[in-house]
Amino acid sequence: MTAKIKPSKGAPYARILGVGGYRPTRVVPNEEILKHIDSSDEWIRSRSGIATRHWAGPDETVATMSVEAGGKAIADAGLSPEQIGAVIVSTVSHFKQTPAIATEIAHLLGTGKPAAFDISAGCAGFGYGLALAKGMITDGSAEHVLVIGVERLSDLTDLEDRATAFLFGDGAGAVVVGPSKEPAIGPTVWGSEGDKSDTITQTLPWDVYRDQDSAEVRYPALRQEGQAVFRWAVYEMAKVAQQALDEAGVAPEDLDAFIPHQANMRIIDSMIKTLKLPEHVTVARDVETTGNTSAASIPLAMERLLATGQAKSGDTALVIGFGAGLVYAATVVTLP
Amino acid sequence: MAATQEEILEGLAEIVNEIAGIPTEDVLLDKSFTDDLDVDSLSMVEVVVAAEERFDVKIPDDDVKNLKTVGDAVDYILKHQG
Ligand SMILES: CC(C)(COP(=O)(O)OP(=O)(O)OC[C@H]1O[C@@H](n2cnc3c(N)ncnc32)[C@H](O)[C@@H]1OP(=O)(O)O)[C@@H](O)C(=O)NCCC(=O)NCCS
Repeated sequence: MTAKIKPSKGAPYARILGVGGYRPTRVVPNEEILKHIDSSDEWIRSRSGIATRHWAGPDETVATMSVEAGGKAIADAGLSPEQIGAVIVSTVSHFKQTPAIATEIAHLLGTGKPAAFDISAGCAGFGYGLALAKGMITDGSAEHVLVIGVERLSDLTDLEDRATAFLFGDGAGAVVVGPSKEPAIGPTVWGSEGDKSDTITQTLPWDVYRDQDSAEVRYPALRQEGQAVFRWAVYEMAKVAQQALDEAGVAPEDLDAFIPHQANMRIIDSMIKTLKLPEHVTVARDVETTGNTSAASIPLAMERLLATGQAKSGDTALVIGFGAGLVYAATVVTLP
Repeated sequence: MAATQEEILEGLAEIVNEIAGIPTEDVLLDKSFTDDLDVDSLSMVEVVVAAEERFDVKIPDDDVKNLKTVGDAVDYILKHQG
C-alpha cells in the first residue's frame, strides 16, 4: 500500500546569519616564491594581483582551520554549536578520503549530532554548499546549516611550476545559513563543463602511489592551462554572473558588493567591466593578500569586507565561484 | 556581411582602447601588441574574446600565440570571419 507521507515543513526562505574566517599565521611574500621559479614580484603582481598569501603550518590543519572559522561564524550568527543541524565542508585538500572531515569538524565544534558531509566542487564549492544549505532549510531538513570552505592548497602546489607556484593559498571561511522571513539568497545559477575537466586538475591520482614505487613518482600537484581558464572565466563567467543578477531580479545599480572567487585580480577587473558594475559597488580584492584559496575564498573575502567596514550587514552582494571541474555557481545574497 | 580590412582595424582599435586604454589612432597594423600597445598575454585573451564576438570568428588559444602584431590579428580575422 502506498502510505500517505507527512510532508516536511521548512522555513519560507533562507539567509546567511553569520560569517567567520581563518587565515594561517605564516605570510608568504612573492620574494619567497621567487626562490623556486624564474619570475619577478612585478610579473606576479601584474598578472595576478597577488602580493602575499598565507600558508598553513603543521598545526593548521584542514580540521583546525575549519573549527576556527566555523566557530566564529556560529558566534557571529548569535547561535550556539548545538543549534547547528548540518555541517557541509567543501575542500579538495583533505587527504583522507573517508570518513568525511565534516564529521570530525562538527564534533570538535561541539555541535551534537548534525548531518555532516564533504563536497568536492573546487573553487565553486562555497556556492554549491550555499545552494544545498538553502534547500535544506526551506525543505525543513535542518534549521541552521554551517557551510565551510577550507583548503591547504600549499600541499598541492608544485613550487617549481611557473604557472601556479604563486597562485595558491591556505585558509578557511564559513557561514551559518538559517531561516528567514524574506528572500535573502537568490536563485543559484550553477553548472559544470566536464569537457574542460583537464584545464585544472591534480597531476596524478593517489593510486599511482600504490601501483608504483613512490620514490619514483612526484607528489601530485595542481596544474592548469592558465590561458584557457582565464578565457573561460572572463567570457563565460561574466555571463553566469549576469544571469544570477537577472534571476534574482537585482540590477547592477542595486548591488552594494561584488564578491567573486578570488582567483586572479585580472579576472575580477575584467568581470567588473563586462558586468558594467557602477562605481559605488564595493569589490572584494582579497586575492592580493590571500592568494587563491579555492572553496574558502568567497567566505574569507566576505568576512574581510564586513570586518573592515567596506560592506555592512544587510548589503546586497553578488557572489560567484568557478574553477576545477570546470564548475561554477553564482547567486545574490543579503550580507549577514 | 564580412568586414573589410579597414573595418577590422577600426574595430580592433576600439577593443584595444577599451581594454588597454591605448588611443585608437595608435593601433596600427605594424604595432606589436605586447611591445607597443601594453597588451600583455592576459589582456590579449580579452582582446581575442571581444574580437570573436564582434567579428563572428573563432580564435583558438593555440592561434592566439601567433598574433604578434595588429596586422597579424587583422589578417587572421579577414581569413576566418564567418
Ligand atoms: C597563471 C596566469 C597568471 C599565467 O599568465 P599567462 O599570461 O597565461 O602566462 P603564459 O604561460 O601564457 O605566459 C606568458 C608569458 O609570461 C611568461 N611567464 C609565465 N609564467 C611566468 C612567471 N611565473 N613569471 C614570469 N614570467 C612568466 C611566459 O614565459 C610568457 O613569456 P613569453 O610571452 O615571452 O613567452 C594566468 O594564465 C591565469 O591566472 N589564469 C587564470 C588561472 C586561474 O585563475 N585559475 C584558477 C581558477 S579557479
